[in-house]
Amino acid sequence: MRVELEVNGDRVVREIESHELLLDFLRDGLGLTGAKRSCDMQACGVCTVLVDGRPVSSCCFLAADADGRSVLTIEGLAERPEFERLEDAFTRHAALQCGFCTPGMLLTVAALLETGELTSTDEVKRGLAGNLCRCTGYRGILEAVCELARVTA
Amino acid sequence: MQVGAGPLGRSVPRRDADEKLRGRAQFAGDILVPHMLHGKVLRSPHPHARIASVDTGEAEQVPGVVCVLTAADLADLDPYWGHAIRDRPVVAVDRVRFAGEPVAAVAAEDESTAAAALERVVVDYEELEVVGTIEQALAPDAPVVNEGPLRPGLFHGLGELAPAEGNVCYRYHIDRGEIEAAFAHADFVVEGEYVFPAVYQYAMETHTVVAQVDGGEITLWSSCQHPFLVRAEIAALFEVPISNVRIVVPYLGGGFGSKSYTKMEPIAVALARKAGRPVRIQNRVAESMVTTRRHGMRCRMRTAGNREGRLLGREVECWFDTGAYADNGPRVTATAGDAAPGPYRWTAYRVDAACVYTNTAPAGSYRAFGATHLQWIGELQVDELARRAGLDPLEVRRLNLCTPGEELRAGGKPLDADLIGDVERVARAVGWGSDKPAGTGRGLSVGLLAAGAHPVSSAIVRMEADGNAVVLVGTTEVGQGARTVLAQIAAEELQLPAERVTVRGADTRFTPYDRSTGASRSTTVAGLAVKRAAEQVRRQLVEIAGSEEVESDSYPELFVRHFGLAGGELIGRGEVAPEGSGSYAEGPVFWEVCVGAAEVAIDGDTGRVLVVKTATVADVGRAINPQLVERQDEGGTVQGIGNALYEEMVYEDGLLLNETLLDYRVPTFEDLPEEMHCIIVENEDGPGPYGAKGCGEGSLAAVTAAVATAIADAGVPVTRLPLTPERVWREIQHLKEEGSWPRSDVPR
Repeated sequence: MRVELEVNGDRVVREIESHELLLDFLRDGLGLTGAKRSCDMQACGVCTVLVDGRPVSSCCFLAADADGRSVLTIEGLAERPEFERLEDAFTRHAALQCGFCTPGMLLTVAALLETGELTSTDEVKRGLAGNLCRCTGYRGILEAVCELARVTA
Repeated sequence: MQVGAGPLGRSVPRRDADEKLRGRAQFAGDILVPHMLHGKVLRSPHPHARIASVDTGEAEQVPGVVCVLTAADLADLDPYWGHAIRDRPVVAVDRVRFAGEPVAAVAAEDESTAAAALERVVVDYEELEVVGTIEQALAPDAPVVNEGPLRPGLFHGLGELAPAEGNVCYRYHIDRGEIEAAFAHADFVVEGEYVFPAVYQYAMETHTVVAQVDGGEITLWSSCQHPFLVRAEIAALFEVPISNVRIVVPYLGGGFGSKSYTKMEPIAVALARKAGRPVRIQNRVAESMVTTRRHGMRCRMRTAGNREGRLLGREVECWFDTGAYADNGPRVTATAGDAAPGPYRWTAYRVDAACVYTNTAPAGSYRAFGATHLQWIGELQVDELARRAGLDPLEVRRLNLCTPGEELRAGGKPLDADLIGDVERVARAVGWGSDKPAGTGRGLSVGLLAAGAHPVSSAIVRMEADGNAVVLVGTTEVGQGARTVLAQIAAEELQLPAERVTVRGADTRFTPYDRSTGASRSTTVAGLAVKRAAEQVRRQLVEIAGSEEVESDSYPELFVRHFGLAGGELIGRGEVAPEGSGSYAEGPVFWEVCVGAAEVAIDGDTGRVLVVKTATVADVGRAINPQLVERQDEGGTVQGIGNALYEEMVYEDGLLLNETLLDYRVPTFEDLPEEMHCIIVENEDGPGPYGAKGCGEGSLAAVTAAVATAIADAGVPVTRLPLTPERVWREIQHLKEEGSWPRSDVPR
């Protein structure tokens, strides 16, 4: 089947298999390897991308369902002006270690900052509970995100 | 701690932050090799079975399939590997010994074709009696999981291997002092039986390998922590010279020991060898869970003390479930044996540790192995002795802990840390001694972990004509920040800002030998090699300049002066090798401190345990990058909470029941304690550069144990981990029936 969608601001038209996952479409089809694969069942968040501005687990999202919609991956987010703030906060707080969860984490954070949901430390924790990180113990990320959302960690 | 003008001791930003934040960092699964195929592994559904036949005919006919690998393809080799015991076939030979064991593998043009073809491989199994648990393995009439004689692997490093006794593949024994006499003098003896579960490391990046075989040359792009050890094993297995094997390690998506030693590399090489094209194998989570895990353990321990609070004797028997193949089981067993007594001044102790084969997935390394297994048990018993003597557990530790310079193990390195100071710090951080509401408990824990592995590392520093430097070192970047810290060390010696030194990934063709990335050794051992290499370059610069005072601005000029052009290169080489006889008996490289404290709040109605406060000590000698030290401790702390409260691989008759991240729960953001204190202690007492010693594992063992002792302090008996809400709730029901919940007799 044919899909037509926007990926990181570019129009993309492709023939795909109807069962193709958005994660494979992005990684293998478009070479956008910033989205990672881990749990395959929406538990870990490393495959998170934004579809029409909302975070989705691309490991469980059909590429066909992205037809006509707008997809943002880490490669696209990194080109946006607001990324500089995120990058600065995550770097200063050393809010990353191995970096495998980092792209999905940043996309989730970007979406939540956009909606203004992050009004307290508890909201930050709840909002990011679907993004696992096995390295950092979350503290550095919490500090960085609280600073970005202007709540006290 | 004094911070000088250089980058040492400063929290410089991670050198890999930009690549990782922008999604540009490459992991093994992101690498495309021309003409690469995709491999999938057919895994046994049975924990123990004879393979009557394997029919690959239909699978080979699937369009897009290039080849199917079975044991028959390895007839020209001795197809067994294993760094400790050479017991593990590349693919099962005649028999499967665990559910998940590779039986065949398919290489195809894409992953879904390979997966579809797997379903067409027909295997006829005859099921055998399953040895599912340690108890079953030790039963007198138990089937023997591995019948052959134990063949030592290339890196067993444990002296002569004794012959197997039934399913016991390795024993570690310590006997010190007159144990019977020590117990005879006791006023109190605490004893119990304890269970520690099998745990999944869950590096978020699963094991991933791309293998290419080109004539006699083998190239691997692998998510491995120890490329040089893997290289040697692959060379031995495929009978090629070591230098014909090249292993390239990009960024690793976490390791925690799960990617130590050899894992998926042999089957990937075997498949690529047959296919005649490069092959990528990328595990799914359920596959990585049966590739390696933490050992489940059973333990019987008793500890003797007197009314004055003196610890007298300890006797420990423990059995480690290493699964169907040894992996790192013997080393885990020995390290656990060393951790079992704890860092106390005993009259006598005795440890008997055994490593046991079962029909479950092989168990190997996971961060702070050995210490995490036993510290919680030993510390629970110390607390119970304190309670019986009516003394403060902190006071009992002050009274009995070894002090710097005291011998810990016969012939081993004496204590190189101030443990009493460390435990006092964590106690203060969680408000030790202050009032606490019912259902709240506070716990301390103190332990040591033999760290550093075998101290062999080398490094090369190249300074280019622009005055910038590159460090070639085989240490892998697992997330710990090695590339940043090693750059800081070189920059300090070269008197450069950290950002002018670059450390790239390990590539065994170019980076010099480094034994491994694990055992908290990189800063201490590889860091010392880097320091020595950088010192050599600096000496050359000083010689060319004819002045000790030469500054980095003038480096480019010195190249012109020395080489007669704006080129040339200054090269320094640094090496660390074992001093003296190099025997493990003189080890460890250093004792990693595992000291922590926790405060928990227990909900008596649901059994849910909330970790409110934690404190850990990063007793690192010298913090090269304090922020990264803290982040290491915090990561270990949260894994410790997972090990104490949630994580358990549930096996039934040799089958893993919770093989997804939905059923296997790891800590999330919401498990972060309200207060998490990481206290950096810098006594410059480590063997590494500037007196540094490693960190990153101690907090895991310490917090697992401190959560356990805190829960016991609240009155809930603890004999097995994890302390899930159900287990805690059941204990509380018993306590309520006895009228002893919430506990009111807590001293202090």
